Amino acid sequence: MRKVLILFAAIAAAVLAAAPAQAQQTIKVGVILAYSGQFADPSAQMDNGIKLYMKQHGDSVAGKKIELLRRDTGGIAPDIAKRLAQELIVRDNVDMLVGFALTPNALAAGDVSAQAKKFMVNMNAATAIITTKSPYMVRTSFTVPQLNQTLGTWAYRNGIRKAYTMVSDFGPGHDGEAAFHKGFKDAGGEIIGAVRYPVANQDFAAFVQRAKDANADAIYIWTPGGPQPAAIGKALAERGIDPNKTKILGQGELTSEDALKNMGDAGLGIITSFHYDYNHQSAMNAAFVKAYNEAFARNPDMFSAGAFDGMHVVYEALKKTGGKTDGESLITAAKGMQWESPRGPMRIDPETRDVIQTVYIRRVEKVGGQIVNVEFDKVENVKDPFKAAMKN
Amino acid sequence: MTSSALTEPQRYLEAQIRWRPVEIAFWLATLLPFVLAPNYLVLASQIAITALFALSLDLILGYAGIVSLGHAAYFGFGSYTAGLIAKWGWGEPVTGLLMAAAAAGVLGYVSSFIIARFRHLALIMITLGFGLLLAEAANSASWLTGGADGLQGVRMWKLFDVFAFDLYGTTAYSYSLAVLFLAFLVARRLIGSPFGLALRGIRENAVRMPAIGAPARAHIRKAYTIAAVMAGLAGALLAQTTETVSLETLSFARSADVLVILILGGAGRLYGGLVGAIIYMVARDQFSGINPQYWYFWIGTLLILVVLFLPNGVLGGMARLMRFARSRA
Amino acid sequence: MIASVFGVLFDGFAYGMLLFILSVGLSVTLGMMNFVNLAHCSFAMLGGFVTVTLTDQLGWPFLASLPLAFLAAALVSVAFERGLYRRLYGASDLDQCLLTIGIVFVSVAVAAYIYGTIQQPVTLPSYLRGTVSIFGHSLGVYRLFLIGASVAITATLIAALEYTRFGAQVRAAVDNQRMARGLGIDVDRVFAVTFALGSGLAGLGGALAIEIVGLDHAFAFTYLIYVLIVVAVGGLGSITGSFVAASLLGISDMAGKYYFPELGAFLIYFVMVALLMWRPLGLFGRR
Repeated sequence: MRKVLILFAAIAAAVLAAAPAQAQQTIKVGVILAYSGQFADPSAQMDNGIKLYMKQHGDSVAGKKIELLRRDTGGIAPDIAKRLAQELIVRDNVDMLVGFALTPNALAAGDVSAQAKKFMVNMNAATAIITTKSPYMVRTSFTVPQLNQTLGTWAYRNGIRKAYTMVSDFGPGHDGEAAFHKGFKDAGGEIIGAVRYPVANQDFAAFVQRAKDANADAIYIWTPGGPQPAAIGKALAERGIDPNKTKILGQGELTSEDALKNMGDAGLGIITSFHYDYNHQSAMNAAFVKAYNEAFARNPDMFSAGAFDGMHVVYEALKKTGGKTDGESLITAAKGMQWESPRGPMRIDPETRDVIQTVYIRRVEKVGGQIVNVEFDKVENVKDPFKAAMKN
Repeated sequence: MTSSALTEPQRYLEAQIRWRPVEIAFWLATLLPFVLAPNYLVLASQIAITALFALSLDLILGYAGIVSLGHAAYFGFGSYTAGLIAKWGWGEPVTGLLMAAAAAGVLGYVSSFIIARFRHLALIMITLGFGLLLAEAANSASWLTGGADGLQGVRMWKLFDVFAFDLYGTTAYSYSLAVLFLAFLVARRLIGSPFGLALRGIRENAVRMPAIGAPARAHIRKAYTIAAVMAGLAGALLAQTTETVSLETLSFARSADVLVILILGGAGRLYGGLVGAIIYMVARDQFSGINPQYWYFWIGTLLILVVLFLPNGVLGGMARLMRFARSRA
Repeated sequence: MIASVFGVLFDGFAYGMLLFILSVGLSVTLGMMNFVNLAHCSFAMLGGFVTVTLTDQLGWPFLASLPLAFLAAALVSVAFERGLYRRLYGASDLDQCLLTIGIVFVSVAVAAYIYGTIQQPVTLPSYLRGTVSIFGHSLGVYRLFLIGASVAITATLIAALEYTRFGAQVRAAVDNQRMARGLGIDVDRVFAVTFALGSGLAGLGGALAIEIVGLDHAFAFTYLIYVLIVVAVGGLGSITGSFVAASLLGISDMAGKYYFPELGAFLIYFVMVALLMWRPLGLFGRR
């Protein structure tokens, strides 16, 4: 009899321990990022963006405390991302899911957000269709078509008639290629050659040589970042391509802070389209960069900005709902939200729940001894053109 | 030849197949998560899937001695096949599972003709090459596989028309566990048969085996195909229970992970893959929760310690400890 | 067109030379002692980080940091060999795999912890940057330097192997370890020294690689595959084999990308599988 009682007590204790604590005064936010592996640095920057926002605005909203639960996907792992999202909701009772550096992970978690009806903030993953996965999801970063189709149109409007494109041979690269081609050709330009290079490619000499042989007005390059921009810059210099004669165009990752540091003078003259740079001239951004440097001893980048703005949406939505955390209330509060971000003006499209922002056209120049991106043109209020086209 | 010489190998094999109490306890323990850890069932189902994958590698690595650095090719192939079948409209889980496993088996059978002809480093690198080539092909064929974004639109019907794949993972774990158990029974029978003995002979000395009447290459091809079917089964399970498929299922990282898991648990032992999968994935989940950025460090340290103190994997080390304890008793 | 062919060949050969320096140590030690050291690229990574620390944070000139990259990797490898590897010489291949993979995991985590996960910068002296015109072809100066350094290293290694007593002992140990021991050669000492040299070369390779392929915390993983390919295709225990295999792979990789960019990464794996099916022991392998 005693043994049965002890067994009973043990099982009861185990069940109670497994049951989550119901704390009505906390809002639990599940943060799913690729903290380890190849995408550790972008994830660290995103985490920093979240931390900075909370530092500046306090860790309570609408009378409740915000609690972050961080989970690591280890890289591209939609099965793990999905499981983590499920566990956060089922086991830890989170009220919303944020983060998502990578598209496959965001897509998988989107399924869970839709099924469980939980608010989700995609702070980085940039493939256009992601927001269609769940009616409770918003995005606060950018979409690949938004930046690249705009660049294509801009290129034609600024005198470029023949372009040669080279992109990384995987999803986002293909998307960039398709978007640039569309923008450029729709405006009247001619694509005289298009090549896709292997994802893990380290040496660009062969590809740059082919581009040179094609004799275009401009070479468009899409790279996700990492060691490639530096290698591209060097290949361009080694093969003797003059950025004044042949324009080099690309998405902002080509000229990120790291890339410019490694490229050196080889990067001067490259033109990119992007939504955020730490060198953006505005009072708000200057303050943001300063605070970021004080807290983390480095400059913010687009990952930091995406996460920072993502937390802004979380806080403002909670203020609007008065602390209610169900998916329906939060998404209604988030739709149409408009504010001034360190990157410039930002809006959440009420129809697509995606980001509407200014796309800046920048050129790499030497300013005060530093090699930076200098914004010299911009296109405002850019919606995601891919989803806009899907409607028609 | 006396009758005792004929029955010795038979009795040895029978001893292998007999169920030991600790095994029965193990399988009963796999039912515990339903009761004790109902919030961890999704993790449990992924552990079961990894265990099945590791078991399939054990068949060729532990028993036949074929070191493969590209076994994820069959896992991923099964995964994509199951995903595509569901995407194209047939969402019934069990038939989809069987079709995907068969497809992986065909791929395994075809590649086995090349695999069986090589040994040592050349074999390792050829398996690696095949795996990398398949992964590249899947990336290029993004019209079919969805490329880097992964396969979208995989929707499974209810299992046996009753059990839906839900957020809690109850159906997922039951399904995966059942498939693992059935595959395990098959593997057990195989290992405990003359075929299994022949495989071990091939592992020890492939040149000699034909001399005693065991066709080495044919046996290797058979074992490799069966291992491919099992790996495909595991991959298909993952696709069905998570309703996602990504290029990662074909990656070198997955092949390397399963190899580490098997060596950790103890290759050449029936439960090696299962034990390795449980330890590795639970450790990874825990370390990752404590320290998302540096869990690698702890896993690496765990591996080093296991090799130093438990040679031949956890099961190998434990077997040695048991022998030591028994000799002292 | 010919100019571009030559350019492609030149760049490919330079890349191949980098792979050679990274791989030659593993080829010889694997051939000699059959010890599966998958942590070989961790030593390469160590050399790379030593150079980064010296040039970026302490302001050393690049060339001066190279011998230190070599030494640091060699010394650390001696520590590992004495402390850990020695215990597993008799262990199964699988156990050696597991141990060295564990070391790779730990090294990647440590690198991430100390240096972060970003791309590491390297500042080259001005005389190693840019291009120079030779016979009308514009060739990268750094790549010329890389080729020159590799050829010098190869020549030194082969000369040492052929003309010194130690070299003879190494050759004997690779050919037939048991016999060499029987002849009174202290194989363990020969192996220890060879292992240190091989790891040192890997460290040097890691330092030289930064400019060509970049360096980050995951280098030890990323380059493991390429090094294994060179070692397998070249043949275990053969310096010439590694040289030829590395050149072949570097050039075919580059040529493939130039002439068949749609094939992309396929080519290098395809070439490897084909070569291994033709010559399972590697191009210059013996056993």
